[in-house]
Amino acid sequence: MKPAPFSYHRATSVDDAVAALTQGAGMARILAGGQSLVPMLNLRLAPLDTVIDISRVDSLRQAHDDADSVRYGALVTHAAFEDRRVPDGSNGLMPFVAGQIAYRAVRNRGTIGGSLALADPAADWLTTLVALEGKLLIAGPEGRRAVAAADFVIGSYLTDLAENEMIEAVVVPRRSATERWGHYKVARKTGEYAESMAIALVDKARNYARLVVGATDGAPLVLEQAAQAFLDGRTDDALRVVIRDELLAAGREFSAARLTMHTTVAMRGLKGAAAK
Amino acid sequence: MKVTISLTVNGAQIRRDVEPRTSLADFLREELRLTATHLGCEHGVCGACTVMVDGAPARACIALAVSLDGAEIRTVEGFAEDAAMGVIKEAFHQEHGLQCGFCTPGMLISARDLIARHPEADDVGIRRAMSGNLCRCTGYQGIVRSIKSAARQLSSQGKQP
Repeated sequence: MKPAPFSYHRATSVDDAVAALTQGAGMARILAGGQSLVPMLNLRLAPLDTVIDISRVDSLRQAHDDADSVRYGALVTHAAFEDRRVPDGSNGLMPFVAGQIAYRAVRNRGTIGGSLALADPAADWLTTLVALEGKLLIAGPEGRRAVAAADFVIGSYLTDLAENEMIEAVVVPRRSATERWGHYKVARKTGEYAESMAIALVDKARNYARLVVGATDGAPLVLEQAAQAFLDGRTDDALRVVIRDELLAAGREFSAARLTMHTTVAMRGLKGAAAK
Repeated sequence: MKVTISLTVNGAQIRRDVEPRTSLADFLREELRLTATHLGCEHGVCGACTVMVDGAPARACIALAVSLDGAEIRTVEGFAEDAAMGVIKEAFHQEHGLQCGFCTPGMLISARDLIARHPEADDVGIRRAMSGNLCRCTGYQGIVRSIKSAARQLSSQGKQP
């Protein structure tokens, strides 16, 4: 199918894009890499009057290496992470995750900001940013604000972004050099959206563990009790029970099969991190 | 309503007025009559429309022509004189990588990019890298063989894409 007609605004700066969003009064949408928005336009699933193209705003393509964190402009592509053309403070987790998003032709154009703004619960960056305790820098008519990735996602395709705000950058804290990550993803087909995914971060030197499960029909779930149980030395079935109970307590009404899948995926994520 | 864009397609400077909703694929096919770029799913899944945008493969069906002002596009027609693509095409012929041919232009673009980035890719690597290009004839065995054969030939001839 082809998109319905819309008007086009090529933004010259972040402020210009925000002004166009404000003028659009809820019927304008930001076009970043277009790898989700344009398919939705083609399928006529994204009702809008105006597309605001931010691809010419060069500042949004930059990445900065700061002392305690790395700041990525919203337009940094998945392929740029995959090829390590931008700095990495995640001990290789971000390049690894990026290389598994969709297909190379999509990764060449798809952006981290666009992916987060859509907030598909099964998308890779959302779970990754929550796991890495990243934050988003958001530009709006009243200026800039920062929000933690975990607070940014409210639910499936639902974020903290107001209709006249846009993501300007993503800031990821530099992780400890002794931290190890585990990643496990179940997808029906290579490059497909995840059925379930888990990221575990374990730092034995600091007695630290963090476990996040994504593709859970809403915001990614941070399993704090399970991470603590892992640190307390629980393994195998004793650990499974804690993960399962914590997933159940999230109130997502998982079917028995999905609950088993998420539990298994979380276990494998933790095992992956522990084995490194 | 229409917006004027200037871009390079297969080395030629093009200037046209486009509707914002026109995809790069439709622009190439309908405006420029470059019909080697095929449209399958039209939502970025099948890979038949894969072309090079600024030196990297991209889906032409989910790229808006209007946003590609100033870009450099190369379709499979633009690789007619390309030595590496010649070897890849011949390998597709020899190794039965062609069946109905509908997916082939996208396969060739993705295969050339794969060989350029990972000339040593094994069967699993090739399958993973080519997973974004669907062949509805399901002729994957031949396609994987073709790419492997082309990669070996190019590597032994010292001719990387």
